[in-house]
Amino acid sequence: MRVVVVGAGIVGAAVARELAGAGVTVTVLDRAASAGGTSAAGEGNLLVSDKGPGPELVLAQRSLTLWQSLRDELPDFPSVEYEAKGGLVVATTTAGAAGLRRFAESQRGAGVLAEEVDPHDLEPDLTRDYTAAFHYPQDAQVQPAIATEALLAAARRRGAEVRQGVEVLGPISLHGRLAGVRTSAGDLHADHVVVAAGPWSGEVSSRLGVMLPVRPRRGTILVTTRMPQRIRHKVYDADYVGAVGSDDAALQTSSVVESTASGTVLIGSSRERRGFDGRIEARVLSALAAKAMVLFPFLADVAVMRAYGGFRPYVPDHLPVIGPDPRLAGLWHATGHEGAGIVLSAATAELLADLLLGRETHVPSSPFAVERPTLASHLASSV
Amino acid sequence: MPEVLIIGAGPAGLAAATAARRAGARVVVLDAAEDVGGQYWRHLPQQRPAGREEVLHHGWERFTGLRRELTGVEIVTGAQVWLAERHDGRPPTVHILVGPADGADRVRRVFDPGALVLATGAYERTLPFPGWDLPGVFTAGAAQALAKSERVAVGRRVLVAGAGPFLLPVASSLIRTGARVVGVLEAGGWSRLGRAWTARPTELLSASHKAGELAGYARDLVRHRVPYRVATGVIAAHGHDRVEEVTVARLDAQWAPVPGTSRRVAVDAVCVGHGFVPRSELAVAAGCQTGPDGTVVVDADCRSSVPGVFAAGEITGIGGADLALAEGTIAGTVAAGAAPTSAQRRDVLVYQRFATRLSDGHGIRPGWAEWLADDTLICRCEEVTAGELRDIAAATGSRGLRSLKLSTRAGLGVCQGRVCGRSVEELLDRTTGGLLDPGRTANRPLAGLVRLGELARTQGDPS
Amino acid sequence: MTTTGPARLEAADDPVSPGPTSEIAIVVDGSEIRGLAGQTIAGVLLAAGRQSWRTTARQGRPRGVFCGIGVCFDCLVTVNGLRDVRACQRHAADGDEVSTDA
Ligand SMILES: Cc1cc2nc3c(=O)[nH]c(=O)nc-3n(C[C@H](O)[C@H](O)[C@H](O)COP(=O)(O)OP(=O)(O)OC[C@H]3O[C@@H](n4cnc5c(N)ncnc54)[C@H](O)[C@@H]3O)c2cc1C
Ligand SMILES: Cc1cc2nc3c(=O)[nH]c(=O)nc-3n(C[C@H](O)[C@H](O)[C@H](O)COP(=O)(O)OP(=O)(O)OC[C@H]3O[C@@H](n4cnc5c(N)ncnc54)[C@H](O)[C@@H]3O)c2cc1C
Ligand code: FES
Repeated sequence: MRVVVVGAGIVGAAVARELAGAGVTVTVLDRAASAGGTSAAGEGNLLVSDKGPGPELVLAQRSLTLWQSLRDELPDFPSVEYEAKGGLVVATTTAGAAGLRRFAESQRGAGVLAEEVDPHDLEPDLTRDYTAAFHYPQDAQVQPAIATEALLAAARRRGAEVRQGVEVLGPISLHGRLAGVRTSAGDLHADHVVVAAGPWSGEVSSRLGVMLPVRPRRGTILVTTRMPQRIRHKVYDADYVGAVGSDDAALQTSSVVESTASGTVLIGSSRERRGFDGRIEARVLSALAAKAMVLFPFLADVAVMRAYGGFRPYVPDHLPVIGPDPRLAGLWHATGHEGAGIVLSAATAELLADLLLGRETHVPSSPFAVERPTLASHLASSV
Repeated sequence: MPEVLIIGAGPAGLAAATAARRAGARVVVLDAAEDVGGQYWRHLPQQRPAGREEVLHHGWERFTGLRRELTGVEIVTGAQVWLAERHDGRPPTVHILVGPADGADRVRRVFDPGALVLATGAYERTLPFPGWDLPGVFTAGAAQALAKSERVAVGRRVLVAGAGPFLLPVASSLIRTGARVVGVLEAGGWSRLGRAWTARPTELLSASHKAGELAGYARDLVRHRVPYRVATGVIAAHGHDRVEEVTVARLDAQWAPVPGTSRRVAVDAVCVGHGFVPRSELAVAAGCQTGPDGTVVVDADCRSSVPGVFAAGEITGIGGADLALAEGTIAGTVAAGAAPTSAQRRDVLVYQRFATRLSDGHGIRPGWAEWLADDTLICRCEEVTAGELRDIAAATGSRGLRSLKLSTRAGLGVCQGRVCGRSVEELLDRTTGGLLDPGRTANRPLAGLVRLGELARTQGDPS
Repeated sequence: MTTTGPARLEAADDPVSPGPTSEIAIVVDGSEIRGLAGQTIAGVLLAAGRQSWRTTARQGRPRGVFCGIGVCFDCLVTVNGLRDVRACQRHAADGDEVSTDA
């Protein structure tokens, strides 16, 4: 069986690795370089703490299990910097505390470990002005670009081919079925085509003949200079919980503060819908800085050396799209992971391979299906 | 709202400011340094004004003349421009912090200029070699800056090496600051230099005072018996915690060391510069188109690709202070809505030819990669070696700079690739068989360090 | 006076004839170093014969001034408790407490 995967981001990489491992002949195409899109433009949080009960949480939980074995798969590769450091979610208002307690309670019912703690045992430099704090020991992190390259290297070891600088331009159709892709480097025939083009998945899908409502949601992150470690967990304010699922187009920031293996601190992140507008704006940076200082007042004197960002690929009902497209045989999707594509890539790849190879799936597939009811009205509308 | 905002108070910025002022515009000049003058006219601080600054400066009267003409221009020194917010079809919003360098309580100001002149200059490119991270190894520009503004000689027995006529004023300043210069080594060979400097001699005559300036430096070398060697370079520095010796070798036409020609020279400092890199981050952030060498693309009026944004001086191409002055005059005049004279335009052409000679004779050749050992640092901040760059590029198979920066950490440190960026790109371009996203290391959205507390403070209204 | 390493030219010997200025003193890792008003912190350190002061994070190697114009960030010091200050750009103020071990 021959499969073309469109996109060498973390989702395409994980899918390629999974399929190649099952003996499929896989070609990954990317119009740019590997790990050069969203997967190199965000953070590498592997979180359950920000997800309420539901299908996304189930996918994340399965992913965390898979990441445990993925992290050591390539011993002679640059480290993917997997660290099971745990998350600390902090509320700073009375209303926030109540909301956080309710949210944590519901998560516990779904198997998430969440414990109310005195945060200063975990983070001595945290603000004294907090109202509630929960520790999520299952939260982890990786360095997302290296993780993407590691998955691609693993796919190559299993026989996959990765072609960079090759753009997918259109379909090769045969008897009403997708039989491959036309690319900037010629035609490529395949039994199946998997679109894993992140925020550009809508564009790729329409080139192949179907409409898929994947849109960009801008996110910006600040990077500080190196410093002696004073932040030990992924620490975020409880507002984060509200922002993830929100439909508001306007700027939202919630603070996620974490230190990296190199000693820098990442401060993320904003959420804003404004198309593919990549400008770095002072008002966004100011909002991020102010929120971070609420959590860690000592950050006021810390120097920021860079700001970067990317476009989360989101779908109107805020769930990834994973599986075959009923409108065009041979077309598959693995996309729309919004702000959780790094963590979800692992179980996404497993689910897609299970479906494509006709195996029993490890998680229920219907919530992610293209034909799910919450997506129906959006599929009907035009791009 | 200022009509013309100028970033950089070096020769280009000052010339632009006076020209725009003469054309009747309201002008504001910003510079991160505590005084005007830029790199070329660096001088002793106001607390210790020199009696005879002209000893170290050719054309000092030109500077004092320009400075006198600045009356009526608002000059903000100690002003770090840290962000240029791009807008479509008009100049960016310019954000500055005013106060002591890297301080925590600087004052935030914001400008929405009618026209913007970028005159941010250039900094030196030093190619990596084993030991170049040892204390006592300086850029040639560091020696120059410390001599001019501190009267400090970086060492007592100093070797100056690299490429380009800039090495001559550096050696001259070192001598006049009390150092013994044991040699000036030019990587370019006579045949290339000869071709660059002797072809069409009439052109050189029209830039004659520039040639005269260089001759003055050369006389300094002769007087102090400083040997000047061509086709020669420093290919390694040695010492435990500081440089004690360097290895000097003859270089072939591609700058690869000629086997059997290396020898050791005892020094306590070595000053190395192989050329200049435009300081283009603000231009990139503003959306201005840049060329493959990182310089800002401008037309004969110094207009960049963004309406209302002009560029002048070293960021448009490395050509020395005279070209910077000539371009600044054009940029300031046009930015203020006036037309330059034909004599002003002719000046630019004359000095541009001079600049072409520079790059013909002294431009970096690819053989430098042969100076490297596996454990030679390429990225000084993150301490990434040549061997690591190559091995990780091979392991990932990536042809993307964005990915390779993240997997190697080269260019991710506090200098943000200012020092290593070009070298990293050139090395990776060779090992990967061609990068698909070259030029990325010039992309630095923040043009300086900003404290989170400063960022969080409300920015005030645009002025 | 040592005969190797960086040094400031004394005003009396200087063809540039620097004007008179006041002395300042800064405290570097607990020891006082004297300098002249208007010097940068790097200038004060170099004039005192110090070629290096920072230690790198990965290999613990010494660093001092490299570019001298604020571009390379090799010369970083902590000034009055504030980390990441470029010594070649920050003018020394009398009484500044500088530490180099950050
Ligand atoms: C600021 C920010 C912070 C984030 N933080 C986290 C986090 O902490 N944890 C987490 O799990 N997730 C996080 N995310 C989300 C995560 O980064 C994304 O969900 C994930 O990277 C998406 O991966 P992808 O492979 O689908 O897309 P991408 O990585 O974007 O890859 C898609 C690829 O498709 C290629 N492509 C596009 N069009 C074509 C074409 N026509 N032909 C060929 N190739 C094409 C592109 O070049 C690109 O390389 C964050 C995102 C952002 C923006
Ligand atoms: C260290 C050094 C020493 C040199 N010495 C000589 C010499 O002796 N002789 C010679 O012929 N050439 C010398 N040069 C070459 C020099 O670049 C040019 O001759 C000339 O100075 C170029 O003029 P300019 O106006 O384009 O730029 P510059 O003189 O470099 O002026 C640019 C100005 O912009 C400011 N600036 C840049 N970015 C920002 C920002 N983000 N915010 C605020 N301000 C900013 C800088 O502080 C600087 O003052 C030197 C170069 C360097 C790097
Ligand atoms: S020496 Fe390069 S920044 Fe100070």
